[in-house]
Amino acid sequence: MSAAVTTFRRDPARSMQVLFRDQPVIPLAGLLVVLVIVMQIAQPGIVTLNWANVIVRGAIPLAILAGCQTLTMLTGGIDLSVGAIASMAGFVTATFVNSAGGPAEGILVALVVAMVAGLVTGIGVGVFRVHPLIMTLGMSFIVLGFANVWQLQNVQTGAGVPSMLTALGTGTILGFIPTGLLVFVPLALVILIGLRRTGYGRLLYAVGDNPISARLSGARSWQVLVTLYVISALLAGIAGLLLSGFTNTASVSLADSSVLPSVAAAVIGGTSIMGGRGGYGGSMVGALILSVLAALLTVLGLPEASRQIVFGAIIVIVAAAYTRVTAEG
Amino acid sequence: MSAATASVDTNRARPADAIASWSRRNAWVLGLIGLMILLLLFTKAIQPRYGPIPIQGLGTSVLPLALAAVAQAVVVIGGGIDLSIGSMMALTSVISAMLMKNQSDAFGVGVVIGVLVLGVLLGAANGSLVMVTRVPDIVVTLAMSFVWAGLALLIAPRPGGAAVGWLKALVVGPFLNEWIPKAAVVLLVVVAVSWIPISRSRFGLYLYAIGSNRLAAFRSGVPVGRTRVMAYAVTGFFAALAGLSLTASTGIGTPVPGPYTLLSVAAIVLGGVNLAGGRGGVFGPIVGVVVLQLIQTDMTFLSIDSNLALVAQGVILIGVVMVGSLLEMRRRRT
Repeated sequence: MSAAVTTFRRDPARSMQVLFRDQPVIPLAGLLVVLVIVMQIAQPGIVTLNWANVIVRGAIPLAILAGCQTLTMLTGGIDLSVGAIASMAGFVTATFVNSAGGPAEGILVALVVAMVAGLVTGIGVGVFRVHPLIMTLGMSFIVLGFANVWQLQNVQTGAGVPSMLTALGTGTILGFIPTGLLVFVPLALVILIGLRRTGYGRLLYAVGDNPISARLSGARSWQVLVTLYVISALLAGIAGLLLSGFTNTASVSLADSSVLPSVAAAVIGGTSIMGGRGGYGGSMVGALILSVLAALLTVLGLPEASRQIVFGAIIVIVAAAYTRVTAEG
Repeated sequence: MSAATASVDTNRARPADAIASWSRRNAWVLGLIGLMILLLLFTKAIQPRYGPIPIQGLGTSVLPLALAAVAQAVVVIGGGIDLSIGSMMALTSVISAMLMKNQSDAFGVGVVIGVLVLGVLLGAANGSLVMVTRVPDIVVTLAMSFVWAGLALLIAPRPGGAAVGWLKALVVGPFLNEWIPKAAVVLLVVVAVSWIPISRSRFGLYLYAIGSNRLAAFRSGVPVGRTRVMAYAVTGFFAALAGLSLTASTGIGTPVPGPYTLLSVAAIVLGGVNLAGGRGGVFGPIVGVVVLQLIQTDMTFLSIDSNLALVAQGVILIGVVMVGSLLEMRRRRT
């Protein structure tokens, strides 16, 4: 034991590897700082408190969706239904804005519907052993279809994003702290502490790392999975509410374009799609990196097309770096 | 692996046994074809005017997704998955449409060949990245889907271009008999000419081998890396064909990827391809695409909200996989 520790200390290359593997947040934060510095060089004077505020509040919905992916990827799954569920939540809430119960009723309905969708997904994945990719893909069709039906029925009654959500999405405290953090910080703490300190969090790692040994150790993996997909859908619903507030739009395809970036954020953050390895800290920084990167590429005057190409290339490079480091470590 | 042993069996067995074992092995696809025929009859029953012209339209409209499903099936049989198929389709479609604008028919032939070669190269690039980086397929191809879609947007910021006459004529209208859509004939000929030799070759054997058990395949001397790269290259080839069929059926190139990537996954699962790899073929997925399209058509005829048709697609996708995995569980138990 002590011998191993001393070898880590004496070999800098190896200790770097261990650092990357165990604490991906530290090198990732370094990358983030580098990106911000490049940003400042590209356009001197752009990095201000106000700029940081815009970046952070844009990154919040993505970071929450990355949380869905992190949790599901820990068990070796993936959740492609987060886009449909998030859009649905934002849209349904908007249609309730003029109802008797007000926005609160809408939010309640939206989140309950999201959790029902998550429950069905969880039963499919956990009990019927449907591949998560297929299950969540099918669920996204179902949710999108029902959202469209709901939209047709509500065309006449009109809809608008509740002012409460626009305030949460775009408002600031003391002029530079995004209001969305009021929702995000507690959520993030629950996920971070939940993963590290609670039995359920450890079960997620156990089920993802080795399902057979988890079962033999007495973990009921179907219960873990059903709960997981309900949590994931709830998070997606909350992200959708914030996103509709941030963009001040309610549409049934609002969050579609966030699905793949959310997977990317989790991958950049060091969560393995094979399950059992990763954490939420990295995913949060990953979401921030993606937001800063998108802003940087805009400042550099690259068209949307080149931004996508750079985006894709960076995901491959970062994922390759992780795989190399963790495989040899 | 299974292909070789199976063919030995059929040679020895009596014809009746051979047919029985063949149908047992292809039970899923045969059931699916039965479902397709039932759906066609049902369509005719609820809409008596459903005749040759809609059938021809059906052929044209399923062609891009059917080819995308074939593309996805190849790589999934080999134990991978390609989430960049939709983007590769957009890229190849845009390039072909841009090059073919105001050009002669002969030049169009050159463009088609060039785009198919490009498809192979795109696929090989995906496969090589998966091999070299050792990152899971799903992540690499997801990232590459951004790259290919970005390239498509760089080449053509907005839809444009054109298709040469013969290419457009190839996918529209009847063939010999008014009940046979030309697009269906084109599809079957293209897939038969390209897939059957591939699946009967050494590569085909290796493909199924690495899909069913990569470690066992490696220890039996299968060149796993090369086979995986080739599988992605074949997928790229079929994705390019799907992109060309998009250009042919719409007459222009659109730089924004359609929903083909995810629908292709749905179609292959419905078509009896095991997502874990090693099992299935490419004809099942084609029938799966037709079934999905027919269900949508029927729901339109029944004047059911088209959005509920989307719901039905999701339910069918999940239902099929659930039944499949329940059957699998029961088989393992017995």
